[in-house]
Amino acid sequence: MDELFVRVHVDESEKEHIAHPNLTAFQEGWLRLKKNKAAVASLFTLITIGLLALLAPVFSAYSYKETNYDIIYQIPSAAHLFGTDQFGRDLWVRTWMGTRISLLIAFVAAFLDLTVGVVYGAVSALIGGKVDAVMQRFIEILVGIPHLIIVILLMMIMPAGIWTIVVALSITGWVNMARLVRAEILKLKNQEFVLAARVLGTSTSRIIWKHLIPNTVGVIVINAMFTIPSAIFTEAFLSFIGIGMQEPKASLGVLINNGYQVLRNFPHVLIFPAIVIVLIMVCFSILGDGLRDALDPRMRK
Amino acid sequence: MSRLLEVNQLRVQIETQHGTVQAVRGVSFHLDEQETLAIVGESGSGKSISVKSIMGLLPKNGKIVEGSILLEGKDLAKYSERQMQSVRGSDISMIFQDPMTSLNPTMTIGKQIVEVLKEHRKDMSKAQMKERALELISLVGISNPEARFDQYPHQLSGGMRQRVVIAVALACDPRILIADEPTTALDVTIQAQILDLMRDLQKKIKTSIIIITHNLGVVANIADRVAVMYGGQLVETADVRDLFYETAHPYTKGLLASIPKASEKGSELTAIPGTPPDLMEPPKGCPFAARCTKTMEVCRQYPPEDMLCGENHHVRCWLLDERAKALRE
Amino acid sequence: MSADKKPLLEVKHLKKYFHVGKNQTLKAVRDISLDIYKGETLGLVGESGCGKSTFGRTVIQLYEPTDGTVVYDGQVIDNRLSQADRHTYTRKMQMIFQDPYASLNPRMKVMDIIAEGMDAHGIFKGQERKKKVIELLETVGLSEEHANRFPHEFSGGQRQRVGIARALAVDPEFIICDEPISALDVSIQAQVINLLKELQKKRNLTYLFIAHDLSMVKHISDRIGVMYLGSMVELADSESLFDDPVHPYTQALLSAIPIPDPDVEKNRNRIMLEGSLPDPIRLTQGCLFAGRCPYAEEFCSKNTPEMKEVRPGHFAACHRVE
Repeated sequence: MDELFVRVHVDESEKEHIAHPNLTAFQEGWLRLKKNKAAVASLFTLITIGLLALLAPVFSAYSYKETNYDIIYQIPSAAHLFGTDQFGRDLWVRTWMGTRISLLIAFVAAFLDLTVGVVYGAVSALIGGKVDAVMQRFIEILVGIPHLIIVILLMMIMPAGIWTIVVALSITGWVNMARLVRAEILKLKNQEFVLAARVLGTSTSRIIWKHLIPNTVGVIVINAMFTIPSAIFTEAFLSFIGIGMQEPKASLGVLINNGYQVLRNFPHVLIFPAIVIVLIMVCFSILGDGLRDALDPRMRK
Repeated sequence: MSRLLEVNQLRVQIETQHGTVQAVRGVSFHLDEQETLAIVGESGSGKSISVKSIMGLLPKNGKIVEGSILLEGKDLAKYSERQMQSVRGSDISMIFQDPMTSLNPTMTIGKQIVEVLKEHRKDMSKAQMKERALELISLVGISNPEARFDQYPHQLSGGMRQRVVIAVALACDPRILIADEPTTALDVTIQAQILDLMRDLQKKIKTSIIIITHNLGVVANIADRVAVMYGGQLVETADVRDLFYETAHPYTKGLLASIPKASEKGSELTAIPGTPPDLMEPPKGCPFAARCTKTMEVCRQYPPEDMLCGENHHVRCWLLDERAKALRE
Repeated sequence: MSADKKPLLEVKHLKKYFHVGKNQTLKAVRDISLDIYKGETLGLVGESGCGKSTFGRTVIQLYEPTDGTVVYDGQVIDNRLSQADRHTYTRKMQMIFQDPYASLNPRMKVMDIIAEGMDAHGIFKGQERKKKVIELLETVGLSEEHANRFPHEFSGGQRQRVGIARALAVDPEFIICDEPISALDVSIQAQVINLLKELQKKRNLTYLFIAHDLSMVKHISDRIGVMYLGSMVELADSESLFDDPVHPYTQALLSAIPIPDPDVEKNRNRIMLEGSLPDPIRLTQGCLFAGRCPYAEEFCSKNTPEMKEVRPGHFAACHRVE
């Protein structure tokens, strides 16, 4: 063992070796998300629901408005997987068609929230001073008016349809996003890496694009994840009380309204759309929670 | 002096998403009655995790995989959370680095002390508790205890808060006080006050102290014995004078050399090159081998044994082996 | 420093006040004047909340001064500078930050972090940019393999070196080091200090070194200024300041540093300061240190002391010195 007692040279690079794998923040986030089984299951459920919403109506022999009075209120069978409704319309197709419309409304509303909210919040935080004060007062006024009253009033003025609902949802929906983005940017603005960029003479637009936006993406994505289920819920609620989508167009809210009226005799009309809406809401919430844990930079060590 | 606490071959692992971190890898040390043991090491050396396992305060993803923690013969490593609760605060107390976050901002100072007494001293009456709290407040050098009793933490300065934290920790006359970087968040003039206070208190109430710090000046000021940790292991343990004047381990030598001396102005500091090892994949030999100036082949292959080089002076370094005699200088 | 030398940086009566709440002003920097000469290191020490970091940030125009001027190499630095002049001075004056975790953008690769200054000024592009970044990495003791990694994979000391490389990328003459070592481990602190000293020698840099660790400041500085509650209380050659401090606050501060030597520690007599920092918002007149000073008299709390030259090059603001 004496040959072990000889001086050896230690390579310089060994002293500065980094054992950690080379991963971007998002790769790391994805790794963390993968560990969260509930979030992954939710993600797959949502993808499946999305695919069914896109494809099921296309590959079915029936259309969502095709009526057939010979087969009203049939219970689920091989021909009609989810059964039929009071006009003999195929509920399998109508459910997925409704999901498609509900999801479309939710995504467009979330997208509008995101665009308006991010721009508003960022401008408010970046300019600061009096502009910020005025913009924040405006938000407070908007928050002060009950959300549903604005939505219902709008729905009564404008023609019924997808776009009316989208506008109604977005008109106050962006406020949350704007507040979050503003808070995040205010925090980042005083971080040392932003100060360092200013000291280096980096232009304001570069600071926004290279430093502020990339570090707010996490917050934005997570908030959008929570906006989607609440948009779906609001749409369903509006349709349920009869001021949302109109027949024969289907949305999950419309279907649930239909089913509710015949719940005692034909429960299957209600059950399937109800299951889909519950799945969507729960999965988005779990996924949003999972993303928050995975992307939150405070969790990264 | 009799043995109060004995930690044997403690191994702690922490699960992270990238893998298992071997945070503490076979650490043994002891604490005698009325002595002050300083544990020194850089961040990630395992010093904080070691004392947190003594307190049963490991994070959820961490666990003791091996070893025992004997407090007067009882093995704390085997205690349940419920049993630990009765130990914490009464037998062993802990004070933390940041006095801002270790007090409850919504509770008055007096109430925070009384709460601890309610938990552990069921025999005391309300009036006795208040009296004891007032006594503790003046014990830690806060004047006018009656007025301070009803104040909230935010009404006090950082140094005052750390005094209150100490008062809370001492409420039930603990046998052992563990202080995790108690002065790091404080300014030098306040640090001097707190160190003074801790030394005074130890004389008065005869408790044993484990202090974790990275500041060797603090060690020289307060410690009786010092344990130096590196890469999850103890590399050197000695009485404080031996550690500073008869330094044996190259890492300890490096640490001492990297502090500027008052006498030699302007000369280059002897820095230790490189970074500490990643404990996800701990080196199989000596943890310091990659940064040592006297690395031998054996250092990279085998972990060094615990060797004695003087009374109470334990060192883990292959250079002390007979066969390395020629290579020591 | 000889008197005939022209200062590189002149700070004249610099003040920085912050508004906090209703009609309350926090005077973070109260009328500080000093000169920094080419090639020297001026250390700035003081306890937390004394305004030393604010001073550094105001000098480099991260904060707009409430009053006073900063003159760099004969040129007044303020927000009325033309775009071109601003570019010139941002290349000459740089800064290294305290927190190695907050000072690097977590979403950028080290390559882009270091090249940030070059990109901002449009010097070096493409292959040349890459070459320059690798050169800088090697200057600070890292290597090419680190260029494509993200900051969170580095240790504190390595990150701090990346921060230094970023500042060096624009070839500055003057660097403000804002507590560059206080967040680092002891063995790593020495690495960074040695690196800073080596760079200073090689590139003829001038430093303003802000810190609260007095022994490190003494090690690296030619002259040292001591701040208390936004004011400079003593400014002297570092030898002179450590060997014969004049201001009672400096004396207490020096005596409070624990020395890593058990025998020395055992036999030391400390000057213990009573209490802690007073609320700076309420203090308006007189010597700011009067409330904690062991020698304070009534006169002290009524009159504000001026900076006086005690010995050649040794200034102190205390009524007791004549």
